[in-house]
Amino acid sequence: MKFLDSKTGWMLLLALAIAFPFLAGNDYHLTVMSMAYIYAIATVGLNLITGYTGQFNLAHAGFMAVGAYTVGILTVDHNVPFWIAFALSGFVAAGIGFFVGILSLRLKGHFFSIFTLCVGYIMFLLIEKWESLTHGTVGIIGIPAPSPIAGIEFESPRAQYYLVLFFLVLSVWVMHRIVNSLLGRTFMAIRNGDDLAEALGINLMRNKVLAFMLSVFYAGLAGGLYAGYVRFLGPGLAGVDHTFDMTMYMLIGGIGTMFGPLLGSVSMPWLTQYLQFLQDYRFVVFGPILVLLVIFLPNGVVGTYLKWRARNASRPAVEKTAPHAESANAQAAVSAAVPVAPAQEGSHA
Amino acid sequence: MDVLFQQVLNGLTLGGVYSLVALGLTLVYGILHVPNFAHGALYMAGAYVAFYLMGSLGFNYWIAMAGAAVAVAVLAVVAERLVFHPLRHAPGLHHMIAAIGILLFLESSAQAIWGADFHRMQTPFTGILNFAGLVMPVQRLLIVIAAFALVVALHLFLKKTVTGATIIAMAQNRDGAALVGIDPNRVAMLTFAISGVLAAVAAVLYAPINLVYPGMGHLVITKAFVIIVLGGMGSVPGAIVGGLIIGFAESFGAFYISTDYKDIIAFVLLVAILSVRPEGLFTKGVR
Repeated sequence: MKFLDSKTGWMLLLALAIAFPFLAGNDYHLTVMSMAYIYAIATVGLNLITGYTGQFNLAHAGFMAVGAYTVGILTVDHNVPFWIAFALSGFVAAGIGFFVGILSLRLKGHFFSIFTLCVGYIMFLLIEKWESLTHGTVGIIGIPAPSPIAGIEFESPRAQYYLVLFFLVLSVWVMHRIVNSLLGRTFMAIRNGDDLAEALGINLMRNKVLAFMLSVFYAGLAGGLYAGYVRFLGPGLAGVDHTFDMTMYMLIGGIGTMFGPLLGSVSMPWLTQYLQFLQDYRFVVFGPILVLLVIFLPNGVVGTYLKWRARNASRPAVEKTAPHAESANAQAAVSAAVPVAPAQEGSHA
Repeated sequence: MDVLFQQVLNGLTLGGVYSLVALGLTLVYGILHVPNFAHGALYMAGAYVAFYLMGSLGFNYWIAMAGAAVAVAVLAVVAERLVFHPLRHAPGLHHMIAAIGILLFLESSAQAIWGADFHRMQTPFTGILNFAGLVMPVQRLLIVIAAFALVVALHLFLKKTVTGATIIAMAQNRDGAALVGIDPNRVAMLTFAISGVLAAVAAVLYAPINLVYPGMGHLVITKAFVIIVLGGMGSVPGAIVGGLIIGFAESFGAFYISTDYKDIIAFVLLVAILSVRPEGLFTKGVR
């Protein structure tokens, strides 16, 4: 699995994703994959605020709905071209995110989560009740497909798949740049300890709000894509259960890793597809899985792999510097070097 | 005057139910510092157990309520043993996610067993009391009386018995409590059992004037969170006062502002208050 850590690994994944429509048996598979990609974009965003900055935002699905409704309302009720509305979706979400952020991020830990849970509910209830703006429970019907760009039409499932893939690749690349920049390190410093980060001269509030806005920008963008893809919107999109879904994806793949949220959000919908008979009851199985994961595999699949690799990598080094060291000592040194949870690696995996 | 009284009764009814749910939540938070998102699912489970005992097995209302209380208490203790106990040293995020796992499991289980339909729970107290020109549905009166009796009973238990004192000691200082010989496991299990009983009783009291369905816990638990954030996490009097504030705000808001938006009122109240006072209404110091 070593090749997965490098650029080659990512390129191989991209090649697989590009080849997927030719390998997939039918349009249905394409639809499942495209939806998985849309949720992957939102999950990558959630991972920035939760995995890297350590603030568990429970209103994430609400912001996704904000982005989706931005596109829906502008295109259907105001005849704005799709691409302009779509370009706005992320910014509207980030704009609302700014105000929610400066209020909610004054609270810490559990209080932040509870506050955002309430914000998510306000968003859901507003969408459901504010009929003159959002069409209420009826939902927004007949959102146009993305209009053609340079002669490329986005009507067929295959074209839509590539459109979604394009934005997924773009968002993962940008996220990779953010995480590996000084800004990303700043966010991780905040996660590892508010006081410590502040002592390093980090402006907590400004950076937290920035992380929050970036994170909900991803949610808004995913919502905009969702609106163009599904072409129907209901208030259910803002439901907290969607945030729970994304949390599950993020946790299974590996919270606070680059590849983890992708792995989780692409593999879980397929698992659900194969457990078709469970559809409505899938959480009878997934609920306990989530609990077991948190207890036994808190770093997810990718996080656990990274930890195992870090341990292997440091073993020869420890033996070289201290040839007579007890293996127990080496183990202790390793576990001190690799924090237990959430996983720290912001590297290529 | 008549209308005003009606709203006061409504506010007391809602406030009583919210207080019971919030009390369970705040007790658990006090002991374990876990925001138990699964508490709403316990509330829902309580309603379903009572619904099953009354509907399918034909027990009367009070026996069904007792049965639901016992069943949910057992459920809560099992959740504590299997999930929260192994996670006691894990960072805060993990508790929350584990609680969400329990919530999802319980909800989808209820849906798998009883379906997603709305059910109506029968109550023997369908009458309406007329007293000096005031109209009072008996079920609502029952909720108010039962809720406040339970709150008083809980207060006496916490303040006057040794077992109750162990819970308070544990909430004040975990290590200190362990040093004087209080078994943390026993107290944690006891607290979860009490929170389960309170949730189940609240659900069985409130269900007859509401409906029974898998998602019934969502709004109640979110409002209970609002209440304990307002009242101070882990504070028992805060939960009672907060419950009444939200209950009254909702009943008067529904009447004077808009029925459509009544569920938002609690959340807007929270957002407004926390914007001005991030530390909550009744707490001292910073979080």
